[in-house]
Amino acid sequence: MNPVSLPKIVVISVAFVSGFSIMTIEMLGARIMAPYFGGSISVWGSLITVFMLALSVGYLIGGRLSTRNPNPKTFALFFISAAIFSIPIIVFADAIMRPIFLAIEDPRYGSLFASIFLYFIPTSILGMISPYSVRLMVDSHEHSGHMAGQLFFVSTIGSAGGTLATSFYFVLWFDVNQILWGAVAVLLLAGSLILFINFLLQKNAAASKVPAYEKQT
Amino acid sequence: MKNKLRHLLGGALIGGVAALLQLPLIAAETIHEEKSLYRDINVVQTGSRRCLIFNVHRGDRNQTCVDVNNRDELIFSYTKMSFAGLLMNPEPKKILIAGLGGGTLPLAFNDLFPDAQIDIVEVDQAVVNVAKQFFFFEENENMTVAVNDARVFVKRAGILGEKYDFIILDAFGGDYIPEHLLTREFLEEVRQIMTEDAVLVANTFSTSRFYDHESVTYQRVFGEFFNFKLPASGNRMIITQLDPLPPRGSLITRAQALAPSLEKYGVPLLEYPNRLSTRVDWDMSRRVLTDQYAPANLLQDD
Repeated sequence: MNPVSLPKIVVISVAFVSGFSIMTIEMLGARIMAPYFGGSISVWGSLITVFMLALSVGYLIGGRLSTRNPNPKTFALFFISAAIFSIPIIVFADAIMRPIFLAIEDPRYGSLFASIFLYFIPTSILGMISPYSVRLMVDSHEHSGHMAGQLFFVSTIGSAGGTLATSFYFVLWFDVNQILWGAVAVLLLAGSLILFINFLLQKNAAASKVPAYEKQT
Repeated sequence: MKNKLRHLLGGALIGGVAALLQLPLIAAETIHEEKSLYRDINVVQTGSRRCLIFNVHRGDRNQTCVDVNNRDELIFSYTKMSFAGLLMNPEPKKILIAGLGGGTLPLAFNDLFPDAQIDIVEVDQAVVNVAKQFFFFEENENMTVAVNDARVFVKRAGILGEKYDFIILDAFGGDYIPEHLLTREFLEEVRQIMTEDAVLVANTFSTSRFYDHESVTYQRVFGEFFNFKLPASGNRMIITQLDPLPPRGSLITRAQALAPSLEKYGVPLLEYPNRLSTRVDWDMSRRVLTDQYAPANLLQDD
């Protein structure tokens, strides 16, 4: 079956979800690391540095992947694998931070290494989503700038929302790990939604190709 | 009646003029501004009183004051209140102080117990600089400062198996509350570095919904504790130890024995035993603060 193109509204919605999740995870990052590396500004510095590096790598890889047969299934896979690689932040945080704390005395470098091990992989996968979704939305070169603008607008609004909701409300209502499981669930849901819509579209496409006389018999 | 009124008005006038005349004499002067990673620190002098101030933008917060002509005397009641811990361990040998401020508290302890080893942990290098430059604080072979986060310091001390018999937590200055120093997990780490006869003195919050959460958390980790409040002070000290709390009689005996040696710092130790209360005056249904749940800065406003 040939890949079908996802409706724009779907691509835009899941881009919002990815922007939201990135910042939810980042805002909780400092909270997660504080028991081992303290709450100083350098811990925030480590965290933001690693997120920026991870995103930049993700953009590069996502852009490259979008040149080869861009399709909804790969797109869904980004969300699902980002969710899976976020789980160690919840399950293995102490196991990851403890040896780093013991090996590195300076909390600045301790928090830098901890950030790399905890956040680099899921964040770079989330970074792949932006350029890939631009490709999924663009049908012609003329529109590419317009689409990219719309997409960055929505995903950055998502990031703003994720930052605000997490720091104002989520930490007041839930445990850190509950919020992270929430992010994992939402990412899995977004991935499943893409797969489901893709499935429906392919089914319709296949059905409409069937000649009318065959249907009647 | 009329006479009385005139008398009152006259009195007020004289008072007002006197206040006006005095005003220039007691004007506060900023003698130093120190930039820091965390906040701006100002050193302000009013007459002979010199104060370290954080967060000048949102109302002054005196962190520490010292009278430059009478350096021994402690000015803030919360600084003096820390000495109540001596009622439970009168001869500390190894002291940990989290939060340096102007250094007046460690200086007094070093003066009082010159042979005790005093470790101070302060997150902000700028505070250390200012304490040394303007508040007569000096390190010596028995008293050293580590520039580090208290949580990191305590965790490492626990792993290295170090123990303290007198711990003062005074790391809360200014508007922002370090959430990771209020959680059950942190207090458990503090417990780990306490000797069997150690006493813990924590300068905490006495207002807001946060009072309840904090009380519940301390109670979870340490069981019953002394709640120490003075009417004139906005501070609340939590004083506790690993053993069951001593009876009031023994606190009074110790206060009588120790009071003379604390006189020069202006610590009214004899008043303290009756202020140490174990009465629960907080909402016990509040949630324990943990590393997973510690929205301290959000709870503060309620």
